[in-house]
Amino acid sequence: MVEFKEDVSIVLGGAAGQGIQTVEEILTRVLKLSGYNVYANKEYMSRVRGGINTTEIRVSSKKVRAFVRRIDILIPFKRGVLPWVEKRLTENTVVLGEKENVEEEYLSRVNFVEVPLNEMAKEVGSPLYLNTIAAGVVVGLFHGDFEVLEEYLRKRFGSKGEEVVLKNIEAARKGYELGVKLCEDGTIGIEVKRDENVKKEVLLSGTEAVALGAVAGGMNFLSFYPMSPSTGVAVFSAQHAEDFEIIVEQVEDEIAAINMALGAWFAGARGMVTTSGGGFALMSEALSLAGMAENPVVIHLAQRPGPATGLPTRTMQGDLNLVLYSGHGEFPRIVLAPGSIEEAFYLTAEAFNLADKYQVPVIILTDQYFVDTYYNLPELDLSKIKVEKYIVESDEDYKRYKLTEDGISPRSIPGYGKGVVVANGNEHDEWGDITEDEELSRLMQEKRAIKKLETIRKNAMMPELVGREDAKYVIVAWGSTYHVIREALEVLNREDIAFLHFKWVYPLPEKVKGLLEGKVIIDIEQNVTAQFAELLKKEFGVEVHHKILEYDGRPFSVEEILDALKEVLE
Amino acid sequence: MISPLIFEPERPGSKDIAWCPGCGNFGIRNILRSAFAELNLRPQDVVIISGIGQAAKMPHYINVNGYHTLHGRSIPIATAVKAANPSLTVIAEGGDGDMYAEGGNHLLHAIRRNPDITVLVHDNQIYGLTKGQASPTTMLGMKTPTQPWGVFEEPFNPIALAIALDASFVARTFMGYFKESVEIIKKAIQHKGLAIVDIFHPCVSFNKVNTYEWYREHTYWMKDHNPYDREEAFKRAIESDPLPLGVFYIHEKPTFEELVPAYKRDKTPLWQRNPKLEEIGKILEAKRTF
Repeated sequence: MVEFKEDVSIVLGGAAGQGIQTVEEILTRVLKLSGYNVYANKEYMSRVRGGINTTEIRVSSKKVRAFVRRIDILIPFKRGVLPWVEKRLTENTVVLGEKENVEEEYLSRVNFVEVPLNEMAKEVGSPLYLNTIAAGVVVGLFHGDFEVLEEYLRKRFGSKGEEVVLKNIEAARKGYELGVKLCEDGTIGIEVKRDENVKKEVLLSGTEAVALGAVAGGMNFLSFYPMSPSTGVAVFSAQHAEDFEIIVEQVEDEIAAINMALGAWFAGARGMVTTSGGGFALMSEALSLAGMAENPVVIHLAQRPGPATGLPTRTMQGDLNLVLYSGHGEFPRIVLAPGSIEEAFYLTAEAFNLADKYQVPVIILTDQYFVDTYYNLPELDLSKIKVEKYIVESDEDYKRYKLTEDGISPRSIPGYGKGVVVANGNEHDEWGDITEDEELSRLMQEKRAIKKLETIRKNAMMPELVGREDAKYVIVAWGSTYHVIREALEVLNREDIAFLHFKWVYPLPEKVKGLLEGKVIIDIEQNVTAQFAELLKKEFGVEVHHKILEYDGRPFSVEEILDALKEVLE
Repeated sequence: MISPLIFEPERPGSKDIAWCPGCGNFGIRNILRSAFAELNLRPQDVVIISGIGQAAKMPHYINVNGYHTLHGRSIPIATAVKAANPSLTVIAEGGDGDMYAEGGNHLLHAIRRNPDITVLVHDNQIYGLTKGQASPTTMLGMKTPTQPWGVFEEPFNPIALAIALDASFVARTFMGYFKESVEIIKKAIQHKGLAIVDIFHPCVSFNKVNTYEWYREHTYWMKDHNPYDREEAFKRAIESDPLPLGVFYIHEKPTFEELVPAYKRDKTPLWQRNPKLEEIGKILEAKRTF
């Protein structure tokens, strides 16, 4: 008998098009409604059919939010899955499935439990029921609520007619009974605590958090050109565009997308684009216009590995330098990188206030791992969202680019007030008209690139400190690695190591330097050249002592961080 | 009627006009001011979004809202301005390089999208600000510093292209005909949907072929033309010498702003709206169950 306690990592693997996503969806929802904490993440190939895609679902007694390498239970839907996840197999791994889907050489390495999923599906009436049966088996292993599973299937297949619903329920029951039996006959033992409170929590993905956060922050115009892994935000927004009463437009290219977003802000709306590195590269021209015209804009950039097309469906934190330095000329910008789904919601909402207030591009950096992750979390507090609008009414002598001490000129919009608004991508005077005057050119460059930047820096958010301020070691990291590092630290359980997580990546507040002085700094990033470490050096002259980097397109796992930290720590 | 004088800007930077003496852009500016005045538009309700080039300097020399943007990008920006606040009169303005070369893709898709904006193309068949290179509409055989052997690429025919794509309003004028041009631009602004006006005007510095005289001699006004007949419009569009002037084609159809869900129930401009937190609440509520 193989036993799993407190935390089980289930991986389903199969070809694109085999319905792995469906099983993931059924399991996470039904197990959550049965009172289990769940976490899910997927990895997939850049193709529509075939290949091998997997999804990891963690079911746990306490909240889990991070990717683990180990696989406790593996359900392969085709041959080739075991070699694909070879490094993730342990001696405890239970493989549930058919012999034909497991290569000979693995039979001695894993605990193979033969279950005739296909045959059972055929008994129900069609191989199509395979997914529902597999989902039923897993729910059965956890003794999940069958009524919840039944209700879910009714809802999901209701539109396809009563017959389909009943067949799916029959398939689920067969699977469920088999799962329960595997526990009862002592093949697999699972001990994970349920929590009544979890049932009421929300199950949210990184993608949904960004989209909902944007709408909460007042986004009412989204223009985009589809690009993995950023498209989900546009899909979600478009599907709810009528309810939100917002404009979501798929445009001809990324150049049009960002220019439209600029136009929307110029006229007083709150515009966003959602894209990835390759798309953002095309937007850099307009980013520079935003800098010169002091036109607010919000950009969601879901990173994937590059250069060029790179690994289109995989993950990396390789575009920090791109967003820090893109655009010709010198102008400020704000770079944000949420670490948790909750943070993605609140921070994306706040991005719109920041863009409005400082009249700069605000870039929200996520990545494939982040947008494709989801887990249950307590309620999001909508009352915490404040939409702060900074638009002023114009008078007859309105100066769009009035020189001010803090570098911020009051921004009016066309049609609001007696004056006219003239914005300009050329160097300009205070009214917005073209100038080549030496003195004015100098003042305007300083206004944008120095005064405004310093105003933003003074108000920048500090990183979150996890652990003791007097710890000898300090980890620095940004964005999506937050929970993986936190979980590794929990396992490590040492008081001499702290963690600074940067959700506000640029510009960094001065006080950060103090948190780094005298520490052994460990930089953890998912890129080849340690871009954030470079930034720390540039901003504060601080050198990191150790770099833990990953750049194979896969997310960091808790185990990898743990192993790497053990090597670094004395 | 409002006086055209209210469109004369009083800003210090608007006095030093960068156009060459005799440039056709002066004429277009006067035409625009008269058209706005005759339509009773107020400066604060008009927005000109321009690209880059001499034509694109218009927002500085006329008293309306303006945004002088990037080469070729005025159309997407103008589209969004109109979508954000449909009560504004929105004009995208640029030269033949701006609209037909650098911004060509945006023009094609704007025709598909059909926002209620007016696209004014100052078509002098040459690149002026960069000193005389061929533009997409430069005639075959013309020698320039960068085409010393003479242009051999087929000139772009914006009128035929727009009609082929079923654009909502397509017209051509020559700025040397003041009254007629004012009428055409008024019609374009009043037209509901994307209106494209190709405006011939000479470049006195770099185009020695297509002069004021040339345009007078090589153009004619269409009489008894039915702009609602697409085939007829297309036939006119491919005439090459003399070139027809007037409204070629009109196809009234729903606009982008009319079709987006944002304005289905509520006509408030986007900038005056607040987020629908209750809708977010509903979605979050649903995320508790399935």
